[in-house]
Amino acid sequence: MKKLLDCNKGEKVKVVKLNASYDLKQRLISFGVMKEASIEVLEHAPKKKTIEIKVGKMRLALRDIEAATVEVEEI
Amino acid sequence: MSEKNIDPKACPIIANHIKVALVGQPNVGKSMLINSISNAHLHVGNFSGVTVDKTEVLFDYKDYHFTVVDLPGTYAFTDYTIEERVTHEYLCAEDYDIIINVVDSTNLEKNLQLTSELLTMNKKMVIALNMSDEAEKEGIAIDEKYMSELLGVTCVKVSAATKTGIETLINTVVEVYLAPKKDAKLIFSEAVEEEIATIISYLQKHNYEARNSYRNIAINLLKENKKTYAKLHDNPIWTELQPILIEASHHIELHHDTDDIKEAFAEEYAAFNRGIVTEVVKQTQQLESKSLTEKIDSILIHPLFGIPIFLFFMWGLFQLTFTLGNIPMEWIDGFFGWLGETIAPTISNDDVRSLVVDGIIGGVGAVVLFTPNIIILFIGIALLETTGYMSRVAFLLDGFFHKFGLHGQSFIPLVTGFGCSIPAYMSARILKNDRDRLLTLFIIGFMSCGARLPVYVLFAGAFFGADMAGNVLFIIYVSGAMLGLIAAKVLKMTAFKGVDEPFVMEMPKYRLPSLKLIWHTVLTQTIMYLKKAGTFIAGAAILVWFLSNYPHNADLEKAYSVKIEKAVDATQKAKFENKLAQEELEQSYLGRIGKFTEPLFEPLGFDWKMNVALQAGLAAKEVVVSTLGVLYSMGSDVDETSKSLADNIRENIPFASAIAFIVVIMVYLPCLAATTVFAKEAGSWKYAVYLFIFTSVLAYILAFIAYRVTLMLT
Repeated sequence: MKKLLDCNKGEKVKVVKLNASYDLKQRLISFGVMKEASIEVLEHAPKKKTIEIKVGKMRLALRDIEAATVEVEEI
Repeated sequence: MSEKNIDPKACPIIANHIKVALVGQPNVGKSMLINSISNAHLHVGNFSGVTVDKTEVLFDYKDYHFTVVDLPGTYAFTDYTIEERVTHEYLCAEDYDIIINVVDSTNLEKNLQLTSELLTMNKKMVIALNMSDEAEKEGIAIDEKYMSELLGVTCVKVSAATKTGIETLINTVVEVYLAPKKDAKLIFSEAVEEEIATIISYLQKHNYEARNSYRNIAINLLKENKKTYAKLHDNPIWTELQPILIEASHHIELHHDTDDIKEAFAEEYAAFNRGIVTEVVKQTQQLESKSLTEKIDSILIHPLFGIPIFLFFMWGLFQLTFTLGNIPMEWIDGFFGWLGETIAPTISNDDVRSLVVDGIIGGVGAVVLFTPNIIILFIGIALLETTGYMSRVAFLLDGFFHKFGLHGQSFIPLVTGFGCSIPAYMSARILKNDRDRLLTLFIIGFMSCGARLPVYVLFAGAFFGADMAGNVLFIIYVSGAMLGLIAAKVLKMTAFKGVDEPFVMEMPKYRLPSLKLIWHTVLTQTIMYLKKAGTFIAGAAILVWFLSNYPHNADLEKAYSVKIEKAVDATQKAKFENKLAQEELEQSYLGRIGKFTEPLFEPLGFDWKMNVALQAGLAAKEVVVSTLGVLYSMGSDVDETSKSLADNIRENIPFASAIAFIVVIMVYLPCLAATTVFAKEAGSWKYAVYLFIFTSVLAYILAFIAYRVTLMLT
């Protein structure tokens, strides 16, 4: 499965599943990262340690390990 | 200002009180909204038991006394940060009449997520559609009448920035307050509605008595709300209700293809919100392909230039803090010096005079002295935060800092630590998560503060040539910082062990800072510093003054006063005075402690004089040099540039002991004032004790190693 971490800059994807632990999942959901949400990858920090995404109208920063728990598919 | 202080004439006696809880997600302009209410009294305090600022706004409107409590911004009721916990607990447990939910009109769908959770709280509510001017500019039209109808909650368009709609909002609050409570309309998918109906009919059948509506109880039960569970758990109907609930959860989870009911409900809310937004929001013009924020971001978080640009900003901030800040610091220092000198002659009793001048004025002066630094630094931090740049900093630096178990935003308190630990501890507030903040607080002390510089300069100058001293200083600073990062890693693997806190952070839109808001933030933080830390620090300064001045030895003083009188010239007189100061310090409580602890510090190669200097240094690092000056008989009026003190130290202190001494200065507690602030920011004195033990033990071990290794090498 494709992960959010694997996406390139500028790519637009849809969330399929959250494989995160309970806390992280709640956190992601409270920011709108949930099933069916469409996400655009905006920017990568050096070495892809953190990535910036756009969910709805909100920009969000995630660590690599967290972005790896979000399963996505291309739209 | 408290409620009692309000002029009673301003409001008729028949006045009613309306207590409002102001709730919203972060970055929706809540504080700005509160600041735009005219004739309001701000009252700043803390939420009980935590270090979260609590702002209350008091004002009168028509026949009503308003108290608006500004609750910390929260995305959802996940209780992730202290702020979210405070808000959630306040809304559930405290007494208030009505909720104002502030939402960002330009990002309604995301904001409604919190709103939909608030709708099940069984409280009267008004929604403030803030930033409506900005929304208009972006071509977003919201039909607030239709929205009020759909939600069953009155929505009002406001703009804190242009101060429009504020009066309408207050009027609406009064109307809603007077009207009987209406039930909010929150509609779920068929599966959930079916289960809600089942539970409602069950509650009806048993005539369950409750203040909240059956519908809200049903929703809360399905959402596994702990409080609702606890309430029903003790009721006899629970035995029958439980199997119904289990069945219902299964049904809903199956429907959403998840094993997590919270996730299922989040999706339900999201679907409901999407529905509302499609109905009431019309996007009249298409947005440009790239928004201003994205354009700025393409420069500021550029993979290559982002970090250099940030470092430049930080450099600027520090230049300002410690150069601009130095000017008023000199005035303040001068003022307290003058105050002491003016007051001294008016007090005849020696002990009282010494207490007032050296203890109280000296101690309070030391606290006030840091205020310019703190103000400038807080203006800088407030600017970074209100413009939205702070989140970008975390984004850029998290990769590096996360390796050491720290957070991207830890950078700011840590760098501030090179200037002064006090503002550094205070700036650690930008870290919203408890564990990230505590860990950062614990290692700030490793960043050598400005007050330690004189000690380093003295020792580097005494033991290394002038050409080497600069390099030695650099090595001290860099190795201190590296030690801090290693300590963070070790603490993370031991005391702060556990899974990493998630790093999921909003990158808000760039905004122009509001001067009024910055002024307000800086002012309240400065006042809090002066008030809270000031009382502790002044008390502690008095304690140190006492320990180093008592007990008096009358015989000693008499013997020396004769000698001083007989002194042939000024140099000899000064020599005797110094000798007296030295002997008095030696037999003071502080000196006794130094002598008593001599065996403990012998393995590090310290004599009792070095002990006393270090222990006095616990109060403030500035004291170390002057204490060494007294003890090595140079008079107390010395600074790091005194050539002869350096000579004296070189002759009296072995090289290896000096190295160990520097190591201790690098590692142990910065000063008493900072430790007090640390305890306040960490939330408990318990942590200050941990910090003391941690830094002292580490300082001892490292100094021992440094001493032995240097002995072997030389």
